[in-house]
Amino acid sequence: MSDVYVIGIDMIKFGRFPETSVPKLGATAANMALDDAGLTIQDMQALYSGNLGQAAAMVGQRVLAEIGQTGIPVVNCANACATGATAFREGWMAVKAGIYDTVLCVGTEQMGKGLLGGAGVKKGIPTEGLLGSGTMPAVFAEAGMEHSRKYGTTFEQFAKVSVKNHHHSTLNPKAMYQIETPLDTVMGAEMIAYPNTKLMCSVNVDGAAAAVICSEEKARELGKMDRAVKVRASVMTSDPFQERNLQMPDVNTCTQLAARQAYEMAGVGPEDIDLVELHDCFATAEILHYGNLGLGKPEDAGRMIDEGETALGGRIPVNVSGGLLSKGHPLGATGIANIYEVTTHLRGEAGKRQVEGARLGLTHVIGLGSACGIHILERPD
Amino acid sequence: MPPSSEAAEGQGLLPVVPFLHIPDDGDPYLEGSRCKKCGAVFLGARDGCSSCGARGEIETIRLSNSGELYVYSIVHRSFPGIEVPYVSAIVDLEGGGTVKGNLINIDPDPEKISMGMPVELVYEKAPRKDAEGNEYLTYYFQPRS
Repeated sequence: MSDVYVIGIDMIKFGRFPETSVPKLGATAANMALDDAGLTIQDMQALYSGNLGQAAAMVGQRVLAEIGQTGIPVVNCANACATGATAFREGWMAVKAGIYDTVLCVGTEQMGKGLLGGAGVKKGIPTEGLLGSGTMPAVFAEAGMEHSRKYGTTFEQFAKVSVKNHHHSTLNPKAMYQIETPLDTVMGAEMIAYPNTKLMCSVNVDGAAAAVICSEEKARELGKMDRAVKVRASVMTSDPFQERNLQMPDVNTCTQLAARQAYEMAGVGPEDIDLVELHDCFATAEILHYGNLGLGKPEDAGRMIDEGETALGGRIPVNVSGGLLSKGHPLGATGIANIYEVTTHLRGEAGKRQVEGARLGLTHVIGLGSACGIHILERPD
Repeated sequence: MPPSSEAAEGQGLLPVVPFLHIPDDGDPYLEGSRCKKCGAVFLGARDGCSSCGARGEIETIRLSNSGELYVYSIVHRSFPGIEVPYVSAIVDLEGGGTVKGNLINIDPDPEKISMGMPVELVYEKAPRKDAEGNEYLTYYFQPRS
């Protein structure tokens, strides 16, 4: 089977664009990715579209209605916060299998403000605040408290994740925010669900990202190898049974499983990875994934954030884009935006936030419920 | 034996969730399922086992009212109309089964709540009615001495 390469990729600056539409956002990113590849929609043999909010509304076809209805197959993907990574992976699989040699993957989302999760009930009474909380900040707070229970991780250590990622985003013009948030500001912000304060919750934003991927043969034929980033691993898992996971979604086991498979597929270990974009939907979540992804021992996660190991310039920089916490988290776009970030570093084009000499990067997303997607990418030769 | 006050309160109320069982006589309790093949315990009724995949091997069980606080969060912001703060708790029940619910009769303060503390289920009338005015029986956790 052919190796698969990213030959064009881009994302719009994340923000709030209520005057536009989901397909228009996706179309903008799609055209940017096509331009980055130096190709046109006529060169694409299939479209893999990721969107959650309008999952039943043929978003991929509506993207094509904006940029060119060429009659190609369209697959619309919805997989919670792993939606974008799922769309990318569907495209990867088709090229890997040799069905197509060049495809387009788009992730796009428009978000409202406010809390996600704990939706209303059709009959009976709402159980939110009666039988605990189904809001995402609380669910991930509880996941973080499990880490505290096992390893003594503190509120301050969780908060430092947010300090780090907000700092990173000051170097990323495509992030929603470019603001420093010192530790006392993060810890003193409005408490949403202990231990997650408002600044420890990802930002609901509108956004889109897109990628053009192709076979090695095609990349060589097109003369694109100098900026082509190789997909060394593409993995997706769901959550294996855990006794608590009907009441407490398990984001750990599916990540551990996906990480193992991804390192095996790529033939590398976590020590070979130069940067990571992982699913920091809440500050508590980032801490969990240091161990889950093998970046350190689970019990060392608090120390890793204390000592700056995961900051830009540290041993293994994590979320140098600003992460979901500050770059923003448009659900369907996030998985491709993460791949954009890592690809940009592997091409040496990340400007002030460049991880110097990056050769291998890893992207990770979690869709609660649960889906985990991991990609390992390698820089051009 | 006369019905306990909880059971008396349960009568005429609807269960807040399907797995809260309100017997005609006797105390309300949480109903669970156990897989006869692998022993996995679940909250509520099931047809198959999501742990081992066994079919037709599920037995209905009565879950314990005693357990241990596994983890929690103190919720300060929720949806409009929901009173805050409250403690959202994940509790492992004795004999199996994990349940989520509000932990009451404790200060919503991380200094006062310890993971691993013994807790018990209590059943009370819910402070909410549905659109038709029906009343419900709900459950809470509280510290157990």
